[in-house]
Amino acid sequence: MAELQTQELTINMGPQHPSTHGVLRIELVTDGEICVKAIPHIGYLHRCFEKHAENVDYMGVMPFVDRLDYVASMNNDMTYAMTVEKLLGVEVPKRAEYIRVIMVELNRIASHLLAVGTYGLDIGTFTPFMWAFRDREKILDIFEMASGARLLYNYLWIGGVWMDLTPGIEEKIQEFCDYFEPKIDELDTILSYNQIFINRTKNVGVIPLDLAISYGLTGPNLRGSGLKWDLRKNEPYSIYPELEFDIPVGTGEQGTVGDCWDRYMVRMREMRESLKIVRQALKKIPEGPFRAKMQRVKPAPGESYVRTENPRGELGFYIVSDGGLKPYRVKGKSSCFTSISCLDDLCHGAMIADVVAIIGSLDIVLGEVDR
Amino acid sequence: MLTPTIHEKLTQKFENAILPLKELPPGSHSDPFIAVNSSKLHSVLKYLKEDSDLLFDNLICISGVDYPDRIEVVYHLFSYKHLHKVVIKSLLSDKTKPVLESTCDLWKAANWLEREVFDIMGVHFNNHPDLRRILLPEDWEGHPLRKDYKTQEFWHGIKVGM
Repeated sequence: MAELQTQELTINMGPQHPSTHGVLRIELVTDGEICVKAIPHIGYLHRCFEKHAENVDYMGVMPFVDRLDYVASMNNDMTYAMTVEKLLGVEVPKRAEYIRVIMVELNRIASHLLAVGTYGLDIGTFTPFMWAFRDREKILDIFEMASGARLLYNYLWIGGVWMDLTPGIEEKIQEFCDYFEPKIDELDTILSYNQIFINRTKNVGVIPLDLAISYGLTGPNLRGSGLKWDLRKNEPYSIYPELEFDIPVGTGEQGTVGDCWDRYMVRMREMRESLKIVRQALKKIPEGPFRAKMQRVKPAPGESYVRTENPRGELGFYIVSDGGLKPYRVKGKSSCFTSISCLDDLCHGAMIADVVAIIGSLDIVLGEVDR
Repeated sequence: MLTPTIHEKLTQKFENAILPLKELPPGSHSDPFIAVNSSKLHSVLKYLKEDSDLLFDNLICISGVDYPDRIEVVYHLFSYKHLHKVVIKSLLSDKTKPVLESTCDLWKAANWLEREVFDIMGVHFNNHPDLRRILLPEDWEGHPLRKDYKTQEFWHGIKVGM
């Protein structure tokens, strides 16, 4: 060689890698310790959800929907159920709405616990992970009591929920709320305001607001960039208008607005808000039927797109009905899919060690990316 | 701004490229949509994004739907500035090689969303920077969400299907 040059090296990260949060492969082009390119390759967990959905009846799609974002099944079910209900024009009984919101918010806490726990693990701290999973387990116990399942619940049905609340579960949820509130403070102490953790996440992977909107980021990733946007408040659905809660946004408290720490902190603060919602809902829950009286699920020809606020952002379903018993087309718009698409922009020029911090801060679940 | 107003505005600007608004039957719970001639789609979307009264800065979703006589590509747009949304549809009657103009220059989100539509529905996007399959392996045959799709028998010696 005439001139001495540094050579770019391509490294394969994944699909089996503890910090990719699932079967994600990233092609990293590196120049020394600097990441030049990060090209995500997805599809390893593709399970043909949309094709399957065309071949079963509306109710039969529900278990498949569970398996999209498999750590927030209740939330997925709610979006799908709401889309079909909109096509049908069915009104869900008040009690069912309350049960749904309680379950959905508990699932949001469980999902955020997994997100922050594993994020700590990515950065290199082990204890918060164990603490988060210990508390998540308690939520899973509640779900098991309600639905019989620990991960994939199939509990929210079209028109309401599968079963009324099990006797004794309300006390158990109340107990959990009282137990969990101080635990968030503990997590804050050991992780959020840990100087090592802050140094690893502040000013890293900054997403400016215009980039976030252009990439269609939603949920905590968008709010981390400073936009106060939450569908529960801005396009209210279900019983959210009757409940009081705040929307945490990233403020650049430790560094720049839209850095990894901001996105992480939005999730931590959202857990407190979810607890608030669960408590209010438990107080206000009325008596009554838990499912609407319905004939067969057979919507008139038409199409509808409904989106809701899931733990990882907005999940939307675009359903086309031809008037038959099976949906003509079901398209799931996943927030993780759009989140991971901006990875290359974020990783360009970052240190290799920060790539892991950036992926973790986007909080993706590959089940929803690949569908 | 509601769909009929947006439709009126678009018709004034693009005339014949915008198809008349379809009346929804009474009691229907369907979303209203605006159908656009596919050759003018890109300029319509550009106008929707850049006009100061419309400012659709967020591309929510691109979906492909296969009908017996056509393929529809559906764009769900939203504006964080004006808090309104619209559904734009493009009808492609040539099912053997459906082609649209890419919108990657307008929204970055379009890159992957268009790749997905290409992968599972077989719609080509002109001027797309990187039009590859995204969910399926690169050497997969056919586009699974077409209604007439038949699964290939073997893929690299592995039996496909049950």
